[in-house]
Amino acid sequence: MTRMQMPVPDAAVLERSHQIIKDLIAIAGKDAVIADEEGRRTFESDGLTAYRCMPLAVVLPRSTAEVSGILRYCHREGVKVVARGAGTSLCGGALPVEDAIVVGVSRMNRVLEIDYENRFARVETGITNLGISKAVEAEGFFYAPDPSSQLACTLAGNLAMNSGGAHCLKYGVTTNNVLGLKVVLMNGEVVELGGAHLDADSYDLMGLMVGSEGQFGIVTEATVRILKAAEGARPMLMGFASSEAAGACVAGIIGAGIVPVAIEFMDKPAIEVCEAFAKAGYPLDVEALLIVEVEGSENEISEMLSRIQALAEPYQPTSVVISQSAEQSAKIWKGRKSAFGAIGRIADYYCMDGTIPLSRLPYVLSRIGEICAGYGLKVANIFHAGDGNLHPLILYNANDPASSERAELAGAEILKLCVEVGGCLTGEHGVGVEKRDLMRTQFSGTDLAVQMRVKTVFDPDWLLNPGKVFPLEETLAVKDVA
Amino acid sequence: MRPAAGWELQNMLLPIVGRQIPVEVVGSGSKQAIGRPMQTAARLTTSAMQGISLYEPSELVMSAQAGTSLAQIEATLASNGQMLAFEPIDLAPASGGERGKQTIGAVFACNVSGCRRISAGAARDNLLGIEAVNGRAELFRSGGRVMKNVTGVDLCRGLAGSWGTLAVLTEVTFKVLPLPEATATLIYFGLPDDIGVEVMCAAMRSPYEVSGAVHLPQTVAARLEHEGLRRQGQAITALRIENFHSSVTYRREAIRNALKVYGDPALLDTSVSLSFWGELRHLSVMPYNCETCLWRVSTAPTRGPKIVAAIKRHMPVEAYYDWAGGLIWLEVPASADAGASDIRRAVAVNGGHATLIRAEPDVRASVEVFQPQAPAVERIVRGLKEAFDPYRLLNPGRMYASF
Repeated sequence: MTRMQMPVPDAAVLERSHQIIKDLIAIAGKDAVIADEEGRRTFESDGLTAYRCMPLAVVLPRSTAEVSGILRYCHREGVKVVARGAGTSLCGGALPVEDAIVVGVSRMNRVLEIDYENRFARVETGITNLGISKAVEAEGFFYAPDPSSQLACTLAGNLAMNSGGAHCLKYGVTTNNVLGLKVVLMNGEVVELGGAHLDADSYDLMGLMVGSEGQFGIVTEATVRILKAAEGARPMLMGFASSEAAGACVAGIIGAGIVPVAIEFMDKPAIEVCEAFAKAGYPLDVEALLIVEVEGSENEISEMLSRIQALAEPYQPTSVVISQSAEQSAKIWKGRKSAFGAIGRIADYYCMDGTIPLSRLPYVLSRIGEICAGYGLKVANIFHAGDGNLHPLILYNANDPASSERAELAGAEILKLCVEVGGCLTGEHGVGVEKRDLMRTQFSGTDLAVQMRVKTVFDPDWLLNPGKVFPLEETLAVKDVA
Repeated sequence: MRPAAGWELQNMLLPIVGRQIPVEVVGSGSKQAIGRPMQTAARLTTSAMQGISLYEPSELVMSAQAGTSLAQIEATLASNGQMLAFEPIDLAPASGGERGKQTIGAVFACNVSGCRRISAGAARDNLLGIEAVNGRAELFRSGGRVMKNVTGVDLCRGLAGSWGTLAVLTEVTFKVLPLPEATATLIYFGLPDDIGVEVMCAAMRSPYEVSGAVHLPQTVAARLEHEGLRRQGQAITALRIENFHSSVTYRREAIRNALKVYGDPALLDTSVSLSFWGELRHLSVMPYNCETCLWRVSTAPTRGPKIVAAIKRHMPVEAYYDWAGGLIWLEVPASADAGASDIRRAVAVNGGHATLIRAEPDVRASVEVFQPQAPAVERIVRGLKEAFDPYRLLNPGRMYASF
């Protein structure tokens, strides 16, 4: 990939790096600070592996008090800080910069309190997304947002990116499932936002914090909503002769008043790769596939699925498979959830994350095909059809710089296309470093200025997660006035 | 000032900002008596900004100009078998205003949600995109028309519930959902508050997607408009189930079985259910009364009865519990501080916050109407006001005396 321009490192900070490391050890202890080259290398990149940068040091604190001490020190010394969960960001949200320290919350992963009566769990944010559901599953509860990386990704990262998942059509994304946060601000102050109740008592600071991509503060604890799981769930597969038909079918189902818990769309290249990997029983002779999942008791599921089948009739599905067992359901979802990994086995891929209005799906898919063909690249499309979130996976060869560059150019064109049809640059992955320079295609200068002022309120010196979210020139301009 | 479009509003605000004239921002004005009284030299209403600019039923999305009446929005949605799932309540009748007048912009600006908030999220959760003009007379947008969008700072959440003190919403885009095919309500009679909340929490812990859970103590239930229920003369604990017909029948029986230790509930069918939950949408059980004050307390559900019991040690209280016990509408006798110190102390012990919804203007001027903030949080709140409205022109002092 092309080299991403980052803010020029602060020479004075780099010069003091030995002293800074010493000071950090004094604050957090020797075993919490990683300063050797080998150790730091582990943190030089995140899920967007094309970009790498070695941080000055890495600190893995064990408590809110330690995070507070570290940030207070960095604030005083003018040292930049990149917060990190599990490092699964697909947009370079956790990409370090040379003159910054990485503060990773992975050691803070305890469950602090579970209250089934009031339906919340209070946890440290280094816990994995799935770890929350695991902690409450014995009582039949779960934590709703389910990003594909849920086995590895931390709640901290989910909060930073406002992560979604396949089931957010019904259950919402991270911001809809959080009740309270404990946040360490850049100056070391610890603030509590929200609590175990359902609404904000002043401005919705929690709403601003969620999705702020590690630029407003470091969240060390969160109170999240836990929900009782439905009695059962079952997916059905429907194959279609065209993506137009599949898209129209989704509109038909929702328009008729049925909102399934998930509607996933895959195009032919995606189906082929996922089927080869997961043997999920996906039909191979179709152009588009829908996975539609409904929840409830056995009878409710049957009735809902037969209603959906009837609604799908006019769109002439070429195959309909209703899962008959828990094993089959698991396989069907395994195929979808491992799509990225499966595609990763056959080629390097660049995963995009735009959102589009559903009605524009056929147009967007054909344009994506043209764009990628224009660059001599193949593409597979996976789409959370119910909420319009599109993941084109552009296949390229990472060892060939020309191929990498073409993938990046194709990706940018695709995202501009998403904005052009009324959608947005990113539905659930975040802007990070990857899309920051495309922000102007979606926002006016004023829109960005308004957002950047909010950032300044939380982090007046712009020390947190530098070089992300906003176009670099805009960032530099703000810092000059600040 | 009565602009008809966002750009016109911006143009009207430009000289206002230049001359630093404080402005009262209203939609229809139905919530004018809520918040601290203001001293403003001008008034800006969004009521001429009318119309639904986008409606895609199959994409569950609608956009409307901020001044469009909620009634019009809901009628349009209903004619397509859809609704605002968060079921916004109407605060006007309880605060001395006129019922049925509120605008869609104000619904989001004040983050007004109703009983279905426990299952479908609040107004803020259903807001997808905004266009607004801030106190610098800048017209800006955030969010969009798609369900999933994490592009940039989430100003939709930031502005929802800011009561017009940061920016004037000029257009809102929001999520809509299909109307349920059928609705049933299970009513348990005669339960004391703590047991009522226990029933509601137990129901919420079931997999049956209860979409409304309210408890009305006997004296409050006696204020219901619905004659049949009022005449029972008992406390009412009501659970709502919504889905397709056979599912509602199944779930209602399943809940009845699961909760049978609490007695045998009465059953309201779809049409009676709609009128019961419909009257709660305008707070029928907390009508305007100049001799009392009305508070809104938000807490964890099981803390609700504890807070009410604690406050009862200091003053007579009428309480109506919504959100399975997590939202309490508290009516207390009018007094110089509206009971603020005792109420806030009880809330502080149990967690949550309290907002004074109805009191005489002099009381609202002297008491903290919105929950006082911890110093570090207040600095952020103040910083946001400064970022959006540095001259403190938009609804100055409505939320906090100093800004």
